[in-house]
Amino acid sequence: MMRGVSKRIGSIKFSCVSPEETRKMSATKIITADTYDDDGFPIDMGLMDPHLGVIEPGLRCKTCGHKVDECPGHFGHIDLAMPVIHVGFIKDIKRLLQATCRSCGRVLLTEDQIDVYKSTVESVGEQGGGTIDFKLLTKETSKDASARPICPHCAAEQLKITLDKPTTFREDGHKLTPKEVRERLERIPDKDLMPLGIDPQTCRPEWMILTALSVPPVTVRPSITLDSGDRSEDDLTHKMVDVLRINQRLRENRDAGAPQLIVEDLWELLQYHVTTYFDNQTSGIPPARHRSGRPLKTLVQRLKGKEGRFRSNLSGKRVNFSARTVVSPDPMLSINEVGVPVAAARELTVPVHVNEHNIEVMRAMVASGPEPEGDYRPGVNYVIRSDGRKIRVTDRNAETVAEALEVDYTIERQLMDGDIVLFNRQPSLHRMSMMAHRVRVMDGKTFRLNLCVCPPYNADFDGDEMNLHVLQSDEARAEARIMMQVQENILSPRYGGPIIGSIHDHVTGVFYLTHRNPRFDREETLNILSKFQSRQVPEPIVEDGVEYWTGKMLFSLVLPSDFRATFKSSICQSCDHCKKEDCVYDAYVKIRQGKLLTGTLDSKAVGNSKGKILDRIARDYGSTRARQFIDQVTKLALGAIMNRGFTTGIDDEDIPDEAKLQIAEFNKTSIEKVSRLVGSFREGTLDQMPGRSLEETLEVEVMKVLGQARDEAGRIAGKHLGLENSAVVMAKSGARGSMLNLSQMAGCVGQQAVRGERLSRGYWDRTLPHFEKGDLGAEARGFVSNSYKSGLNATEFFFHSMGGREGLVDTAVRTSRSGYMQRRLISAMEDLKMMSDGTVRNTADTIIEFKYGEDGIDPARAIQGRAIDLEDVFVETLGDDAEMLTRVEEAPSGEDYATKEKDEMEFYEEAEGTEELDFGGDE
Amino acid sequence: MVPEHHLLGDEEAQKVLEDHKITMDQLPKIHRSDAAIKVLENIHGPIDEGRIVKIVRKSETAESFVVYRLVIRR
Repeated sequence: MMRGVSKRIGSIKFSCVSPEETRKMSATKIITADTYDDDGFPIDMGLMDPHLGVIEPGLRCKTCGHKVDECPGHFGHIDLAMPVIHVGFIKDIKRLLQATCRSCGRVLLTEDQIDVYKSTVESVGEQGGGTIDFKLLTKETSKDASARPICPHCAAEQLKITLDKPTTFREDGHKLTPKEVRERLERIPDKDLMPLGIDPQTCRPEWMILTALSVPPVTVRPSITLDSGDRSEDDLTHKMVDVLRINQRLRENRDAGAPQLIVEDLWELLQYHVTTYFDNQTSGIPPARHRSGRPLKTLVQRLKGKEGRFRSNLSGKRVNFSARTVVSPDPMLSINEVGVPVAAARELTVPVHVNEHNIEVMRAMVASGPEPEGDYRPGVNYVIRSDGRKIRVTDRNAETVAEALEVDYTIERQLMDGDIVLFNRQPSLHRMSMMAHRVRVMDGKTFRLNLCVCPPYNADFDGDEMNLHVLQSDEARAEARIMMQVQENILSPRYGGPIIGSIHDHVTGVFYLTHRNPRFDREETLNILSKFQSRQVPEPIVEDGVEYWTGKMLFSLVLPSDFRATFKSSICQSCDHCKKEDCVYDAYVKIRQGKLLTGTLDSKAVGNSKGKILDRIARDYGSTRARQFIDQVTKLALGAIMNRGFTTGIDDEDIPDEAKLQIAEFNKTSIEKVSRLVGSFREGTLDQMPGRSLEETLEVEVMKVLGQARDEAGRIAGKHLGLENSAVVMAKSGARGSMLNLSQMAGCVGQQAVRGERLSRGYWDRTLPHFEKGDLGAEARGFVSNSYKSGLNATEFFFHSMGGREGLVDTAVRTSRSGYMQRRLISAMEDLKMMSDGTVRNTADTIIEFKYGEDGIDPARAIQGRAIDLEDVFVETLGDDAEMLTRVEEAPSGEDYATKEKDEMEFYEEAEGTEELDFGGDE
Repeated sequence: MVPEHHLLGDEEAQKVLEDHKITMDQLPKIHRSDAAIKVLENIHGPIDEGRIVKIVRKSETAESFVVYRLVIRR
């Protein structure tokens, strides 16, 4: 594991720096606040002193003699006229002051207590306590010590020490100067530091009060030369100038014997500047500002937060060998592939090691230059010689470089078909957000991807951009191919079912191909089959001298030859008595020996997240077969839907006048029913429901009536919307939309709600001035009796917007909250891994879980969360006899008409965690 | 609601560590002040740090699941 590592870091220890050390490591003392002289040269012993390193090319560092990029920079120091407190240590200083005696400096603990402490430290160490445990322990000890009013060593009475934020200490109200604080800390003997959590070997507490301030190298705070020739200094330099100026004034005043008051004021000012130099967001003091009014970015601000050094430069970096562009669809690609535009392929390279076997091929490749003519062929951008020199290949030098090519060189070859790359779309919420694809170099300027991989990325084509990363080592490529390739991620670990599968038109296509088993003549059949590679056209059925093929026959072509499955498709009407194979709706799917015998295939068969056939193939026949299946179904479905033709429009929601009348009539009676309810509520004759107030009872009753009204409108409209209707086909086959969507368009939009209640806010006792005060009727409280198609009236439109607004706010709140929640989960679990013995451990090798998931099951391989599918075992052993046990006909299936609640549930399930609001500005 | 807690004897504890090929400090922890330990103390008398508790809990995925925790101070 530690191959090629000769030195290994055993431990890292962070500690304080003493003033002596600060001076010792300083390259120069800084005394003047000026940076450059009139000629533009840095002033010696100024903030830009050449001893501190070089930032201008060509110059040499006066300390180490190296040039830019070779010289790491050197620290300088400022000797402070008076000591100041370091804000970063304020809590520790307070703790130390409170836990030690004000006169003798000993810790306020008896010798016995100190011994007890020592033994606890040992036991905590034995039991695998971390730094946090030690920190807690010292905190406790300090608390015990500070609670003692009289010193056990010198019997001195202790006074109360308080901290006036951010940096002023008071003892019984009297101010303690930093100097006094420092003197007290100096008095604490080494042996008493251990119980206080400080190792006296590396740190003395008085070092937390600064007497010398380190000045960072100029490389840390480079000045920028503007186009106008003016110099612009870094924020840190500005801050150091302030410190130096006040330091100078303080020293002069003090030495001149200025009044105490003036010296103290200056001292406090110096404290302010040093404090803001460390942290410009210290609470309790105004942040130091730039001349323009912008707060300065000082040390803490450089490190902290999302834009800080850690999160933006160390945990995340900009990378080479990557590309980003708009994505667009291409159903003729395999789900494993990604179309890469030529322009990107020419820039992105893969290193190839030249050896005696491939040298001739490589030579030819180099010779063809960086942009070979004709059809796309990979060229070579760079040749790296064995001594590490990198030679850029151009049209002009291609020939010579090719001739000089030797074994052990490396060439950087451009992308070609079949290369493995990583493809990613932000936000990367789950592991399927970054998958490995195989390259297909194509014309155009966009990345192309198969539509079936849209759901895992949550991608659409309204301007989405995606990133592509080219892998640079064989190990990386192997790992990506085995674990990250799209076909390996068909089954989602989120719910143990397929996340990649047919969507939208593909589902519709398969539906038309199989529903009621249509017949196709030779031309149609060849048309449908022409989309996919299998050229084997099955034997036609000949009837009365006319040959034909059936849709089910054609679909059977893509099934494995021994495939069997029995289930109900999503158009199932849930009849009281299931007629199984004789289902009048053709909803009972039966596949034996790879032949589709009965039933309609739709989203329950091949769709993502629900597809039963897909699920079974991925599980039983492996990922390669599943990929093949998805690719072929896609093509077959496109053939089928293009053969028939498919369109939808608002006229799909046309219903006859008498249906409209019926709906209006029902709405009217419902509204009257509501008025009657309100009437009886007013009279007090309404029966109160148990556990509810009278008002709540009314609301519940009203909601019930109006909910019925909407459902009834849907039912009436639905009677006139049959399977000959495209929109209905989409809804019922599970391709897109729901019956509720349709009934809202054709029948009645229904009650609008905010926070699950009827609308009630707006004006005094009414929602809008169009209604009387206190009106509790249906219309006044947000019932929309019109349909989207008939059009909403003014008040209805307003109510509908209120409901719509809630949805938008919800999504906005949900995304930000779930994002933060996820970040916290990731930080808590990022270092956990499962070991070969099944335990989950962290990097310290402590056990977090004795067995992964308590059952050691990979959720992606579990069947809807269960380890084994018993029914599957029955079917495998008993064959058709197993149907008595599995009872497919009793399995719950989709109801005919979705209620609003059910529709929302499904919607949330689909959108869970992956929803987002407007990621790029252009979408 | 609260899963079963059992105090392990020295031998049992040793066996647990050997079975998992781990040292004491690699076990998950439980505070001495934990309510479950308080209950065990009523039965077994005071429980020192360094003892091991066996916890049998109901599991959604594995019906019942056994974990071990090391008693630590506080």
